[in-house]
Amino acid sequence: MAETFILIPGRTSKQGTSLNEGKYTDGYLEEINTVQIAGDDMQRLGLIDGDSVRIWNDVGEIVVACKTARGDELPSGMLFISYGDKSSQLMGGETHGSGMPDSKGMDVFLEKHSGSSNS
Amino acid sequence: MSTLESSTSTNAAGELKIVEDATCTFCGCVCDDMELTVEDNRITKAKNACVLGKAWFFNHHIEDRPEATIEGKPASYEEAIEAAAEILLNATYPITYGLSDTTCEAQRKALAITDWIGGIVDTTTSVCHGPSGMAFQGVGEVTCSLGEIKNRADFLIFWGGNPAESHPRHFTKYSLMPKGEFVPKGRKDRTAVLIDVRKTKSAKAADIFLQLKPRSDFELAWALRGLAKGIDIDPKVEQKTGIPLDTLRDMMDRMKAAQFGAILFGMGLTMTRGKHINSEAVLSLARDMNQHTRWVAKPMRGHGNVTGADNVVSWTTGYPFGVNLGRGYPRFNPGEFTTSDVLARQEADAALIIASDPMSNFSQPARDHLRSIKSVVLDPKLSETAKVATVAFTTATYGINTPGTVYRMDDVPIPLRPAFESPYRSDLEILKAIEHRIREHQLAGVQ
Repeated sequence: MAETFILIPGRTSKQGTSLNEGKYTDGYLEEINTVQIAGDDMQRLGLIDGDSVRIWNDVGEIVVACKTARGDELPSGMLFISYGDKSSQLMGGETHGSGMPDSKGMDVFLEKHSGSSNS
Repeated sequence: MSTLESSTSTNAAGELKIVEDATCTFCGCVCDDMELTVEDNRITKAKNACVLGKAWFFNHHIEDRPEATIEGKPASYEEAIEAAAEILLNATYPITYGLSDTTCEAQRKALAITDWIGGIVDTTTSVCHGPSGMAFQGVGEVTCSLGEIKNRADFLIFWGGNPAESHPRHFTKYSLMPKGEFVPKGRKDRTAVLIDVRKTKSAKAADIFLQLKPRSDFELAWALRGLAKGIDIDPKVEQKTGIPLDTLRDMMDRMKAAQFGAILFGMGLTMTRGKHINSEAVLSLARDMNQHTRWVAKPMRGHGNVTGADNVVSWTTGYPFGVNLGRGYPRFNPGEFTTSDVLARQEADAALIIASDPMSNFSQPARDHLRSIKSVVLDPKLSETAKVATVAFTTATYGINTPGTVYRMDDVPIPLRPAFESPYRSDLEILKAIEHRIREHQLAGVQ
């Protein structure tokens, strides 16, 4: 059953280094196609690292791999994904007169996905 | 030293070159103390570079790609220039976008092209700290250079950013660690606070970590503004922000006791609901704190010359980004003339994109439209945007292959000292040629 989360796309060291190696390298693609989930949430949803999850909102839908967030980096109810193609598929075109779409703190639904991620 | 010749040395065999005081243009820190070792047109060592800088220098070598393509097929440089000029000249509502990963000299040329064709010029600032640019216009900016922070700041607040991963040398070179004139013990003389919704790697470097609930930056900043002015704040602020009022009171006491405080804020503020009013709240807090002691607020800028783009567009048009030159004079209106909006509303009918990849990071409606219109793309590497371009140019990499000027995140201009030559042309050369061809067509039309 789907649960609601707040998704925070952002930068990581690995994203920055693999970006320079190339946007078509395995390292970069793996980084932007993996969502981090708090340990408590992983356990409650019956997820293990590498499982596929489906994330969606009223704008779009993505299927990505998941992994447990380091230590207490993420509070329960929050997701983190490296900013990139996948996170942008959940961004709407509305900028509320600012030029900037809502790119962080997005309300999304998440559920376990039985297939593989579409990376 | 300001030229390639004066800052490099080559051994007798001509195989090894050392470039001293080179500039890293990966992020807005623009560290200009690199010592690069160049062997056979590859940078093999980058002394003083951080993990991101090393990845930047080690992976921008010469790739075997066509100098230009038209509709995905290799084309001569001259054919591509002509095709690019025709696309831009024939457009009704063209947009120029990107510009934060190229030199100020190239940025000026892109602006000139946009002016000649009566288009919109916008930069990646609009999806970065554009909201902060709007906030500057609303409430001003109490600002300073990174040198002042290094030498004076004894209280640092990192808000909505993760410098440990996005700007690794900011801590060690500019803000947290260095010994300065009025902070002689360096880190020991400074108090550091991290405010973020995630307990990121940066939290380890801070003395105090305040874990904020998502989408409550505005409320936290205003609570602190109230405390700065001695106003009683409702303890319910904890329900919204997740931070107890007593903690905020304690922090305000420390902020007032500081000699020189700096708020260094990231895109956690500008990309979250509220956007420019989040930035306004933090800029206003810094301004209010000057009733008690010296405080400044600075945005943490991402791309290597995004600050240069703001400067060039501002000194040329009077506005920092999202400027429409279609009526022959500049008009600024974020939300109307910003690229994300113009594309998502399916208004632009052609695009000139320099050193940026909106096809990978724009909203889906904007990407769908960009794919459907003609575009001219300049990029050193293959990207999703270059893939869908009508005309694409492979370019030399700024800072590594080409000289020029960039601006550090604190608006300090810094010269580039390239490491080796590229067989590909620079953004500046290509844009000059496109402008020349456009003017030839326009003047021929007049005659």
